[in-house]
Amino acid sequence: MSLTDKDKAAVKALWAKISKSADAIGADALGRLLCVYPQTKIYFSHWGDLSYNSGPVKTHGKKVMGGIALAISRIDDMTNGLLELSEQHAFKLRVDPANFKLLAHCIQVVIASMFPNDFPPEVHVCMDKFLANLALALAERYR
Amino acid sequence: MLWEGSTAALKDARGVQDLQTCTKNPKAGIMVEWTEFERATIQDIFARMDYDVVGPAALFRCLVVYPWTQRYFGNFGNLYNAAAIIANPMVANHGKVILHGMDRAVKNMDNIKATYAELSVLHSEKLHVDPDNFRLLSDCLTIVVAAQWGKEFTGEIQAAFQKFLAVVVTSLGKQYH
Repeated sequence: MSLTDKDKAAVKALWAKISKSADAIGADALGRLLCVYPQTKIYFSHWGDLSYNSGPVKTHGKKVMGGIALAISRIDDMTNGLLELSEQHAFKLRVDPANFKLLAHCIQVVIASMFPNDFPPEVHVCMDKFLANLALALAERYR
Repeated sequence: MLWEGSTAALKDARGVQDLQTCTKNPKAGIMVEWTEFERATIQDIFARMDYDVVGPAALFRCLVVYPWTQRYFGNFGNLYNAAAIIANPMVANHGKVILHGMDRAVKNMDNIKATYAELSVLHSEKLHVDPDNFRLLSDCLTIVVAAQWGKEFTGEIQAAFQKFLAVVVTSLGKQYH
């Protein structure tokens, strides 16, 4: 399910509309992930405060959206463009890649709630494909 | 309409009653425990929902975002592209059928498994729907509700909604064999 030119254009157009709110989106999506899928908390047991909109959640949400922005800038070759991030997730963080689709779902729920008019089905499918491909690129170095 | 599964549904419902009588446990045979917050949230979400708008919107989204789900709608006419799907009156109607069907679970939260036993047999034996597709439709429904509720759709509310949908999905898959 690789990205067509139409998909890439749609993702970039959506990003242009939502990127000003990237920090808020990231914080909300991550806070939501920890709440809706509590098993994901295990990756953050070293944080004092896992509550919604806590300092560490906001900071980390911002970092995640920075990764998304990077992926968009390298959308034509995410596998090679995200090798460093993949190595970090594979060897250092060792996040089970099944969790990537949970966060992708939360990100899209947040986008839908914040920008309902900018996320019709025709845009949703492109974003869903993009996040799925991003997850694959992130898992590239796992084994 | 009588399906072979309808006696199974009756047995299942009676089975729960029998279990509850014999064990004197009012919760025996009941699949899921709901908190007060979860009960109230589910009732609130569905009370605020226009089933005839949300049902079609969720089904349109599912058919567009996960196009392989179109396999079950071969006799629905034009599904050629997103515009055609969104304009298709049979799809819209089926979206309404789905949400009104979900209403049965909303009204029977303590016995969703028995409530859906017959529907589960229908989806398995007659419609041959891959149960993973129920999960895809649920995800689309969550997105539609998030778009409707905006900021009010907090993480806790999403968690309750997704728990409810997970029970619906599991119950619909229960009679597959």
